[in-house]
Amino acid sequence: MKRQKTLETNANNSNLFDLLSEEIVFTILDFIDTNPLDRKSFSLVCKSFYITESKHRKNLKPLRQELLPRVLNRYPHVNHLDLSLCPRINDNSLNVIANTCRDSLNSIDLSRSRFFSYNGLMSLALNCKNLVSIDLSNATELRDAAAAAVAEAKNLERLWLGRCKLITDMGIGCIAVGCKKLRLISLKWCIGVSDLGVGLIAVKCKEIRSLDLSYLPITNKCLPSILKLQHLEDIVLEGCFGIDDDSLAALKHGCKSMKALDISSCQHISHVGLSSLIGGAGSLQQLTLSYSCPVTLALANSLKRLSMLQSVKLDGCAVTSAGLTAIGNWCITLSELSLSKCLGVTDEGLSSLVTKHKDLKKLDITCCRKITDVSIAYITNSCTNLTSLRMESCTLVPSEAFVLIGQRCQFLEELDLTDNEIDDEGLKSISRCSKLSSLKLGICLNISDEGLSHVGMKCSKLTELDLYRSAGITDLGILAISRGCPGLEMINMSYCIDITDSSLLSLSKCSRLNTFESRGCPLITSLGLAAIAVGCKQLIKLDIKKCHNIGDAAMLPLAHFSQNLRQITLSYSSVTDVGLLALASISCLQSMTVLHLKGLTPSGLAAALLACGGLTKVKLHLSFKSLLPLPLFEHLEARGCVFEWRDKEFQAELDPKCYKLQWEDIAQ
Amino acid sequence: MEPKDRLSLDAWANPSSSSNGLPRKMALENPSFTNFNLRQQEQKWDDTSILDYGIRIEPPFQEFNQASESEYLLSSNCNKQPKVLDQEDGQDNEALQTSKLQDWDPRSMLNNLSFLEEKIHHLRDLVHLIVGRKGQALGGQDQLVTQQQQLITADLTSIIVQLISTAGSLLPSVKHTLSTGTPNGQFGQLGGLLFPPLAGMNCVPQPQHGSGSKVSDQCNQMDVTGNCGTEQNHSTEELEMKEEEDADEGENLPPGSYDILQLEKEEILAPHTHFCTICGKGFKRDANLRMHMRGHGDEYKTPAALAKPNKEPSSEPVIIKRYSCPFAGCKRNKDHKKFQPLKTILCVKNHYKRTHCDKSYICSRCNTKKFSVMADLKTHEKHCGKDKWLCSCGTTFSRKDKLFGHIALFQGHTPAIPLEETKGPHASCDKVDGNEASNKGGNTNFSLGFNAGSGSGVQNVIEVKEDADDPASYFSPLSFDTCNFGGFHEFPRPPFDDSESPFSFLEAP
Repeated sequence: MKRQKTLETNANNSNLFDLLSEEIVFTILDFIDTNPLDRKSFSLVCKSFYITESKHRKNLKPLRQELLPRVLNRYPHVNHLDLSLCPRINDNSLNVIANTCRDSLNSIDLSRSRFFSYNGLMSLALNCKNLVSIDLSNATELRDAAAAAVAEAKNLERLWLGRCKLITDMGIGCIAVGCKKLRLISLKWCIGVSDLGVGLIAVKCKEIRSLDLSYLPITNKCLPSILKLQHLEDIVLEGCFGIDDDSLAALKHGCKSMKALDISSCQHISHVGLSSLIGGAGSLQQLTLSYSCPVTLALANSLKRLSMLQSVKLDGCAVTSAGLTAIGNWCITLSELSLSKCLGVTDEGLSSLVTKHKDLKKLDITCCRKITDVSIAYITNSCTNLTSLRMESCTLVPSEAFVLIGQRCQFLEELDLTDNEIDDEGLKSISRCSKLSSLKLGICLNISDEGLSHVGMKCSKLTELDLYRSAGITDLGILAISRGCPGLEMINMSYCIDITDSSLLSLSKCSRLNTFESRGCPLITSLGLAAIAVGCKQLIKLDIKKCHNIGDAAMLPLAHFSQNLRQITLSYSSVTDVGLLALASISCLQSMTVLHLKGLTPSGLAAALLACGGLTKVKLHLSFKSLLPLPLFEHLEARGCVFEWRDKEFQAELDPKCYKLQWEDIAQ
Repeated sequence: MEPKDRLSLDAWANPSSSSNGLPRKMALENPSFTNFNLRQQEQKWDDTSILDYGIRIEPPFQEFNQASESEYLLSSNCNKQPKVLDQEDGQDNEALQTSKLQDWDPRSMLNNLSFLEEKIHHLRDLVHLIVGRKGQALGGQDQLVTQQQQLITADLTSIIVQLISTAGSLLPSVKHTLSTGTPNGQFGQLGGLLFPPLAGMNCVPQPQHGSGSKVSDQCNQMDVTGNCGTEQNHSTEELEMKEEEDADEGENLPPGSYDILQLEKEEILAPHTHFCTICGKGFKRDANLRMHMRGHGDEYKTPAALAKPNKEPSSEPVIIKRYSCPFAGCKRNKDHKKFQPLKTILCVKNHYKRTHCDKSYICSRCNTKKFSVMADLKTHEKHCGKDKWLCSCGTTFSRKDKLFGHIALFQGHTPAIPLEETKGPHASCDKVDGNEASNKGGNTNFSLGFNAGSGSGVQNVIEVKEDADDPASYFSPLSFDTCNFGGFHEFPRPPFDDSESPFSFLEAP
């Protein structure tokens, strides 16, 4: 605010900014990027600032399509248009964009916008000759005609068509012929596309760098032409069930330029097929084999030749100790390894692996339930450079082991200890990791305020803290965090039942907070939330489910201050019609979960829904369906809102200890 | 059964014939001429062949026991038998098929089977005997051993041939090529299995394989099956050729070597060509007439009366008949300078209808294609409408992969999206003119109305749309409470909701 004032005075006094060239002001503006509101403030200072800001802006992410004509006129130099916040973009809007932006537009994101057709795409493609990037993901209604329209964008380099289920080979064929400069194409879930379409892409678009073919009904027939692509670097074949070993064996040569390969969930590819697929791909750096072939000695040996390999993801694979040992014997050192949810990871295998790969930066051993403190000792001993360690639910690791993590791996930035035996001693040790930015301590029943205070005092870079169901935490711990970690952006205190308003009052000093979850904290009231609303203006996501003491009194300041709020969960709270209607004034609000609100009447709900123009997703109790007129829902759906109906009974909250027991029952 | 049996006899006759030495072998080399030789051979053996095959087989082998040189000739010739058999089959094809249909007799089948059984027993005893002797391993008895092997080989061959002919009689409906083709395949394989003892001998180069197949290096089995393959292809080709009118294209019979017949136009177009002499009923086929004749009395039921006329093997050379088209000036007319005769009456009929008659049969699906021959229409109707894969160059394909192969091959060609899919009601054609777009040749269907480079066309589109939305835009957004929710179209439009209606069915896409 201070800076703005100085700027203002400068502008008024014979306008010193006139002395600065436009480029210099632009450079200054480049630095005002952290908070979108700052730019707004700048542009509102004076006319010349307004014009400067209009000229400077390159990216635009509008909320409403109806304002597009004016917005586009104001910002003539926009080249990237992100419409993912507009649930409803129709052909008219696209026509307006096409005719206003013309050749300046080179990138458009329509991934969340339905309601447009090939007409709009055609005018976009014909008018915006410099368009290089189009994201059409989730356009489930588009057919081949739309693809043919896209094919008119001759300079297109990047195209996302994820989940365009109605597009077939014919449409893809048009794109392949029309967009010769394509470098990236994602066809994930385009289930109408088969070998023929993909093959044609490979034949016609020689510039392809990145190819996402996940879950396509393709077979080996299209692979030879794909592997002949000179520049192919990244290929994703996740869930391509039609590809199997037998026909992979026929592939004579691999792709030399390939850097990343993902064959997750390809059930019919074993190490035999894999080795023929990567044969000759000497520059492979990333390999993802999640949920595919078992990690055995044979697999590990077949990957031995990949001398550039840096990252291997084996999530959900069956793993043998011999396989892990063999990976340890590779002559390269990996920097990233993921073994999450792998069955068969033992102390023996893991320790022999990590002793060789000393340069590991990221390690994921989530749900490796057999490992003990032995593994942790080996990991911390050899991989001292770890920046990310995820070890959710390693339940056999005793509390003492966590002390080792803090002692030896001090470069950690991300640590996931959800559902572990860590205690205050461990936390105290971990607080030595001064670079820690993300710490997840969900369902850690042994920790208390004392341990958390250490983290708060030393880990000043913390941005993300998860305390879900860590019931030992009270206001003291939160106070330490909010004092020590001013950059906190996300906090989850759900079901920490002892939290009161004083926690919220202290957290309101963390002005960057954008995600606040305090489900099932019965002691917090409207007063605390109002403080958050006033202090944390960047709040985007708010979850106050089952906070019975929060009512309309909190909604009014929220509606007034939290103009960035996009997602709110109000179920089981004491909010009524008044609060809900007040929230409707938040123009960004997109998602709302409104279940079991006692004070909510059908007409109040209807009014709020109608007033809240940007809604894209609303969760409601099934009973409202019959209480409100059907045309209302049809109208809202036509605006781009999706309704999810829930039929759950009113649930009383369980005791945290009891929850854990129940959860373990399910897990076993 | 009878002709088949005869055939197997022919085949059988061959090994023994090889004892005659090279001349016989020469005959085999050139399959197309074998028939004559076979016929002689057949007569020779017919006398002895009545009762027991076993007896029949042995004498010839005893004959050439002394001539050790001719032994491997035999072996190679044995392999060639199927070919010979096939050749003959191919030629007598039609005659066999009709007669077989009528001649199938379960009793003779039973006889055949019991004969086979007996034969196998016999062979087994023989092999037992050899096995017993092998134990003693007498060095000086090479000749005897070879002789026994020859015996076994011959016996097995006989069994197989018998089996084939028996099985073949069961398959009257199957195309003749099949019934000969498959057993031959088996035979070939069996032959290969049988001959390993003679492998050493088979290594001898076999220049006698003159039928175009490559000279086999080692493996007899390969060679035989290979031969069978080519034979099969040949015979199927022949069948197909027969169906074609222009089969005689490459015939090149010297002029004057055949009789030329010319039917009159009326005769050609007559629905029936065979008429019952008693009641006058007309038939398209001679065979149908004969069937019909059975109803006129017992005298028409004798095999002679039912047999196909003019098919008795006669020793005198048959005069070849060819046909001329009555249409003057036609290449198929005998007065034409480069006259090319038609082979059969059917060819004449099809040719005349196709070339010189109106196309009166119209495809009921596409209503465009016309045909003068009913069979052509039916063939077309089978595939009509399946050519749905369209390229921007206008070429249609019946299969998607063919289209994509075409597109992959040519620059600038692109798949054309079917018209109904674009289904834009705004895409009225009158907007196209003047808007010359960049996509030359591409998207023939699609580019209508959307080439609007300057945007004028696009704006037109918008106008049209707003008109279309009229019914829904009557209502102000504020009339929410008062409006009638029951009426589907009458729902109010929100203030910001521009031309597009929430009821998307009003919209085009």
